[in-house]
Amino acid sequence: MGIGTYILVSLVKIAVALAILLTAVAYTTLLERKVVGHIQNRWGPSRVGPFGIWQPLADGLKFIFKEDITPPFANKPLYMLAPIIALTTALTSIAVIPIGPWIKLGSINTPLQIADVNIGLLIILGVTSVGVYGVALAGWSSNSKYSMLGGLRASAQMVSYEIALGLSLIGVLIYTGSFSLRDIVDSQAGTWLGFIPKWNLFRGQFVAFFIYIMAAYAETNRIPFDLPEAETELVAGYHTEYSSMKFAMFFMAEYANMVTVACLASILFLGGWSGPVFGPPIVQSLLPVFWFALRVFAFMFIYIWVRGTLPRFRYDQLMAFGWKFLLPLAIANIVVTSLVVALK
Amino acid sequence: MLPLILFFIFAALCVGGAINLLVQKHPINSALSLIVVMGSLALIYLLLGAEFVAAVQVIVYAGAVMVLFVFVIMLLNAGVEERTEHASRVAMVLGVPGLIIGLGLAVWVVSHLAGLDRIAIGGPMVMNGSDVFGNPQAIGHLLFRNFLLPFEVTSVLILIAIMGAVVLARREE
Repeated sequence: MGIGTYILVSLVKIAVALAILLTAVAYTTLLERKVVGHIQNRWGPSRVGPFGIWQPLADGLKFIFKEDITPPFANKPLYMLAPIIALTTALTSIAVIPIGPWIKLGSINTPLQIADVNIGLLIILGVTSVGVYGVALAGWSSNSKYSMLGGLRASAQMVSYEIALGLSLIGVLIYTGSFSLRDIVDSQAGTWLGFIPKWNLFRGQFVAFFIYIMAAYAETNRIPFDLPEAETELVAGYHTEYSSMKFAMFFMAEYANMVTVACLASILFLGGWSGPVFGPPIVQSLLPVFWFALRVFAFMFIYIWVRGTLPRFRYDQLMAFGWKFLLPLAIANIVVTSLVVALK
Repeated sequence: MLPLILFFIFAALCVGGAINLLVQKHPINSALSLIVVMGSLALIYLLLGAEFVAAVQVIVYAGAVMVLFVFVIMLLNAGVEERTEHASRVAMVLGVPGLIIGLGLAVWVVSHLAGLDRIAIGGPMVMNGSDVFGNPQAIGHLLFRNFLLPFEVTSVLILIAIMGAVVLARREE
């Protein structure tokens, strides 16, 4: 493949990935409102289009036409920069996530992934750790008490849970011996006895999976760990002063992060796109992507289900849970996994 | 050629960030400049083929350490720094020789620029002509085979430092 073709293919892949991600983000908001509505015994959005399917478009238009207010007491450059950092880092992570095996289109043979790099997992962790600045700077630059408290809570929470999150992944890395997300999926191929898939979840990473899920909920500031934007205490937390598209950027960043976390959970613990493949060639090349999307959808649904079910933690409970329970458990998981691999 | 151009772009970003760090009056702007310096250093590591070190640089320094800096500045609500009337005498005594040494080093580096092509910018750095340097496996082998004792001693040292911090931070009952 020549350099020109390579750049063209990459650009097409970037455009497609961005379109899929933003559509997923928009429709996750609709799914959330619908599912939470049904959990609370009401309908959710139902007026814009059949079953309310044009609601995300209406919401987007509303955000664009709303007045954009910058508080006069805010630190203007940082106030502008914060939502940009939040959204950029949220969208960047998707670049290294593979959504399917290699495909062949004519003479072009390419992976279903924007960049197949050998440190994919580390890049996602790095980009996520830079994403904290979006929230922290939003809270500080608004120059308001509620924003400030929200920003402080968010940065402390995200830094604390990042450790448990990172440590929960090490068991998987010990099994695979590679940071490449594609290698991690390939290492989970095959079945036992013909029907039990060799997912990392069933290979002894059961505890790690639950540590990852809990830490990921805290990283994305979702219920039951949504202390940074606890509306009963902090109005809206770090984005209290934001309006119009700047608020929408934080909103999109939060949902894009949820999608990334769900993709990562599928890749690391549930075998990525593995699943039965049959039918004519075109179906065969698209089925893995479908299996992958199904897993991601299941994770998004659980996110929303948890939101409709659980109450919010208290802040000291949140910190004690992260440091005194998840962290030791994650370390114990590493020790046990290493012993199992060493004694095998 | 392209790696060399990229190197000069990132190096300029790094030096620019470092100068901005000193010039800015507000602590939060200085902290953000330091993040730019850390980030461009990571990109330079990446150009050298040390992808693991680059990723760790971003995760640990640009991510964790600098978040704590920003956190403390936010928590203390530190304002614009005040300039004192008279300059520090220690800075006058030590600063001038320091500046001369720094400038001398810069001149030496620039005058030896002809040898720059010997540095393996852009390709994987090769150590002892055999092992690829900078990927996670190579670093793991070095840390846990060749340098196991220094590595473990360092971790004990860090543990002692953490214990010390806990003891100092604990309130008297």
